[in-house]
Amino acid sequence: MGLQTPFDSATPVLVDDRAGQGIFRVARRAFVAPDVLACEQREIFGKCWLYLGHESEVASPGDFLTRRVAGRSLIFARNKDGEIRAFFNTCPHRGAMVCREKQGSANMFRCFYHSWAFDLDGKLITRPGNDSYSENANAHGEHNLVRTPRLEEYRGLYFINFDRDAPDLASYLGNTREFIDLVMDQSPDSMEVVGGTQEYGFKANWKLLAENSMDGYHGQPTHATYFDYVMSTNGGLGDTVVKISKPHDLGGGHAVVEYGAPWGRPIAKSVPAWGKEGEDETAALRASLTQRFGEERANRIAYTNRNMVIFPNFVINDIMAITLRTFEPIGPGQMRVNAWALAPKGENPKSRQRRLYNYLEFLGPGGFATPDDCEALALCQEGYANAAEAGWNDISKGLNQERPSIEDEVQMRAFWREWSRRIEGTEP
Amino acid sequence: MSAHTAPMRKLSVNRSDVEDFLFEEAALLDDWKLTEWVALFEPGASYYVPTAGAADDADPATSLFYVADDYHRLTERVKRLLKRTAHVEFPHSRCRHMVSNVRIIGGGDDTFGVTSNFATYRSKRGRTELYFGHHRYVMTLIDGAIRIRQKTSFLDSDDIAEQGKVSIII
Repeated sequence: MGLQTPFDSATPVLVDDRAGQGIFRVARRAFVAPDVLACEQREIFGKCWLYLGHESEVASPGDFLTRRVAGRSLIFARNKDGEIRAFFNTCPHRGAMVCREKQGSANMFRCFYHSWAFDLDGKLITRPGNDSYSENANAHGEHNLVRTPRLEEYRGLYFINFDRDAPDLASYLGNTREFIDLVMDQSPDSMEVVGGTQEYGFKANWKLLAENSMDGYHGQPTHATYFDYVMSTNGGLGDTVVKISKPHDLGGGHAVVEYGAPWGRPIAKSVPAWGKEGEDETAALRASLTQRFGEERANRIAYTNRNMVIFPNFVINDIMAITLRTFEPIGPGQMRVNAWALAPKGENPKSRQRRLYNYLEFLGPGGFATPDDCEALALCQEGYANAAEAGWNDISKGLNQERPSIEDEVQMRAFWREWSRRIEGTEP
Repeated sequence: MSAHTAPMRKLSVNRSDVEDFLFEEAALLDDWKLTEWVALFEPGASYYVPTAGAADDADPATSLFYVADDYHRLTERVKRLLKRTAHVEFPHSRCRHMVSNVRIIGGGDDTFGVTSNFATYRSKRGRTELYFGHHRYVMTLIDGAIRIRQKTSFLDSDDIAEQGKVSIII
């Protein structure tokens, strides 16, 4: 458990949690040290549930995609019976990557090197020179594709775990399920990932994006030009409808912020730029939500924004559009990001168009906001060049406040306490 | 994918005229003269950057892009990029836009198609990023002058993990 190489004496702890004294700090070493990253790979990415993909991405039997998760190359596929499978993308023979396409539909996977072929359950079905192998060679499935030790699903979201002994997904997700439900309930049928993945990156430590994804404090200063745009487009900042501003520590390192905001929400809050048509459509969507869930829950779904981090690296942000996002380290100072748009299946084409238009006004590598986060996080990472002398991040905002807001740092402390428990072995 | 030539109708400009226009466009972008750049678009024009590797027929109404600006948002993008609060581009990165393989791919004076290849370098704080791909334009002639009706910039890299973002006009 924890780091095997002790830290230098200047930073005996990485998370300095003295909440009673109003102090909460994180050592900048945690963002730059290769031994910390090695420990994270083992204790966090090797043991936590990690998001792989959504059921709609492999909608029909034979559909597959390949995806990088925690440095592994995985195949996510639906077999002939409609069951979803996850394999390591490596041939049991010599190890070559079996599947080289990003996505497609197939009835088998063939490794071109020696032409071993596998069915959609990963089972070896043909290979040249089969007679030269003894019967024992595949007695226990040694010549099949290796499945991920665990694969479980919650409301269409598939997660894998490399730890065979991990607790089940539902327990792991715990209190986050209430907030996942608020997103998945937006369709009377089911939700789907819209075509296309935004694959981009930050030149920053992966934990900075966990913080940033639910950081209400940076909104105004970092994203001033986005709010300028909202004002210019709608003739003013507009109504937030709900006044709530509430961070939740959901336990297990998971956290969410709930708040009202001036932007339009395709489900189901219109803005002036959408005109009469948008107003009518969102009113109909709200009426349908009210019919299904009653007024209180319908309003919560429709008007309240939520940014949630499911520990360690899965984000569901239900804001001016819904984005799913994963991020993972490819070094202490660099991460890769995958982002998707999630939407109600069967959404009418005009609403879908508005949703995607809305998504891009803020989110993603070409949005009016995310590129500035790229810059902010890169500057943090560059600032950590001074970590030996200027060694600490402050995460104390709102400590011991009776009613903290989303501009406080309750949600980041939830992340860091779980991180410390797993990395430093601290008691919760 | 590359577009292939379609039938031509009467067109009063030739490839050399179009190249002059595209080189001028590149020079404006290199010099951060974005207000002058956006004036090359006709009102109602649009500007798209699909996700890396997207098919040439990808549609922003049904697929996730990086950028899908109508004319309003395109002008807002330009306003944003010229503010010092567009943090990612303050101070402005140094850019160089290379344009080649220009082809007119059909149409006439009212509307005609153009494709080109591009390599755009962006440098900031000791790091240089390369964006490469191809542009597709729908152009028109207004009082004899070339104007852009639609521009789509397709990135041909597998992803943009290395570049990280599309914070400049590529």
